[in-house]
Amino acid sequence: MQHDDVIWDIIGNKQFCSFKVKTKSQNFCRNEYNITGLCNRSSCPLANSQYATIREEKGQCFLYMKVIERAAFPAKMWEKVKLSKNYEKALEQIDENLLYWPRFIRHKCKQRFTKITQYLIRMRKLVLKRQRKLVPLSRKVEQREKRKEEKALIAAQLDNAIEKELLERLKEGTYGDIYNFPVHAFDKALQQQDEESESESEEEEEEDDEDVGKREFVAEEEVEESDLSDFEDMNKLRTSSDEEEEEDEEELSEEDEEEEMEVETKASRSKGKSPANGAAARKKRAYVEIEYEQETEPASKSRATS
Amino acid sequence: MDITEVPVSQDNRGKKKKNKKPKKKKSVAEEGDGGGGGGAEKKEEKMEKSEAASAFPPTFSVSEIKNKQRRHLMFMKLKQEKRKQKMQLRKKKKKEREALGDKAPPKEVPKTIENQRVYDETTVDPEDEEVAFDEGTDEFSAYFNGLTNPKVLITTSDRPRGRTVRFCEQLATVIPNAHVYYRRGLALKRIIPQCVARNFTYLMVINEDRKVPNGMVLCHLPDGPTAHFKVSSVRLRKEIKRRGKDPTEHSPEVILNNFTTRLGHSIGRLFAALFPQDPQFVGRQVATFHNQRDFIFFRFHRYIFKNEKKVGIQELGPRFTLKLRSLQKGTFDSKFGEYEWVLKRHEMDACRRKFQL
Repeated sequence: MQHDDVIWDIIGNKQFCSFKVKTKSQNFCRNEYNITGLCNRSSCPLANSQYATIREEKGQCFLYMKVIERAAFPAKMWEKVKLSKNYEKALEQIDENLLYWPRFIRHKCKQRFTKITQYLIRMRKLVLKRQRKLVPLSRKVEQREKRKEEKALIAAQLDNAIEKELLERLKEGTYGDIYNFPVHAFDKALQQQDEESESESEEEEEEDDEDVGKREFVAEEEVEESDLSDFEDMNKLRTSSDEEEEEDEEELSEEDEEEEMEVETKASRSKGKSPANGAAARKKRAYVEIEYEQETEPASKSRATS
Repeated sequence: MDITEVPVSQDNRGKKKKNKKPKKKKSVAEEGDGGGGGGAEKKEEKMEKSEAASAFPPTFSVSEIKNKQRRHLMFMKLKQEKRKQKMQLRKKKKKEREALGDKAPPKEVPKTIENQRVYDETTVDPEDEEVAFDEGTDEFSAYFNGLTNPKVLITTSDRPRGRTVRFCEQLATVIPNAHVYYRRGLALKRIIPQCVARNFTYLMVINEDRKVPNGMVLCHLPDGPTAHFKVSSVRLRKEIKRRGKDPTEHSPEVILNNFTTRLGHSIGRLFAALFPQDPQFVGRQVATFHNQRDFIFFRFHRYIFKNEKKVGIQELGPRFTLKLRSLQKGTFDSKFGEYEWVLKRHEMDACRRKFQL
């Protein structure tokens, strides 16, 4: 026969209950039919012959009821009632099914049902929002990649590559007339290179020869001033080593000061490096006209250097 | 006593060949005393073998010796021998080269991974017409024909931490016409139409994990390709040694190195379209994307030409490394997008000398 008190006396306090989980302050009940989740005299499904719960399966809520008449048939002990999806209607159903049941069980059933519907709603909302996909990292692979990256960095020799590329662009004339270096030095540099640049230097020399005979009335200084006005900061930078550059600087500094007053001066750049050669060696400008029609800067930019 | 004595003498024998003979006699005597049996015989054999090994070219490898200490010693000896031979060989070669002078054969080029790279059939030939045609009509053609100006929107994943935020800010100074916006939990698919409406050309999303940026999604906007990268080794401006002052507002130049294959080409164009078409050479700033073994290194420098043969560069802004994870054809759509290329680790990591970009 079903003696609830005896059962509770045994499993509640004195002896072992396999569903009980003890913590410092609370006792929990792991039985899946438990309505509150705590281990109490009134919440224990084993120690109450008349008991009801709400359980949820795949988004559907069911009301489970147990009565003493069926205590002898364990297979048919729990009666399962499907609750409506409508919240109010479901509450009415609970009331209707648990009519005349103890107030505690009715109350707790409704509370549990409310909580379950709330978390189901939340689940449905979260699915619609952005899902965060967690991608597991394999430590071995990550370490391998890190090592490969280090080796690749060493192999890349970035600074050299960048400098080489910049010098190539300078030689090809993508910078136009901004940088002007003394011709003889330029020629020397070219002659040291291979065939292409040899032909270039030949052209240069030809041009030089042509120009030697001509008389040009080139207002050099004015031209330089107009160029300088674009590069307001170049004036601030002082040369370090070359004598030529210093001389030129002295010449140009007077003109530059005027320009400086007009133009907004930005913060001085590249403190640590030697100054722009805009300040240097402008005098040879007249007859170094290497006209390579490099009009498409985008082309040079987008070309993928291999 | 025998047990303690024997190993020591054997070790010595291993090390010094000179004392071989007297020690051998001694050992035989000892072993005779130590008592017969299989153990002693085995030891004899081993000792003889090892002696033979040290005397004559080894007929067996060092790994056959069971005793760890002895094996270690034999191995060290072997290594020393090899090193000595190598040094001798090198000296000889050097002498020969000097003797020959100009007629010496050219120095052998050492094998590097770049030298040994497996030839990729998608390598772009500079004069390839098909590639040129493709590039004339792909999503970047508008940019390369000068019709659109780049406008970049930089954002992060949810709730970015300080490092990521600073990284985004620094990126915004590096890329002209870039705007940083906070994500605030918005879905990318909803942001994209808004960006298109406001004429943005690029959407860059920095993904963060554990307070550190580790991923980047670069989406070309009207309906362009979306590239997903893994970001590593991020160095913010203050962590860079010997750096220059902050970058100015001038548009930098762009250097793209080593993008050889078709895939590399399209990625290169993706990067190039981030920056305005006409760089301001006044600024003397250059942004470099250098591809080496499928890692893309980004650097931002200020350069200055000391003379026509030397240029000095000074690193400014942030630096980071990218590795391409996937390239998708349309705008960002991870579920239904059409992927042009996806990193498949098992296939692609199998060969050390095969690279994709």
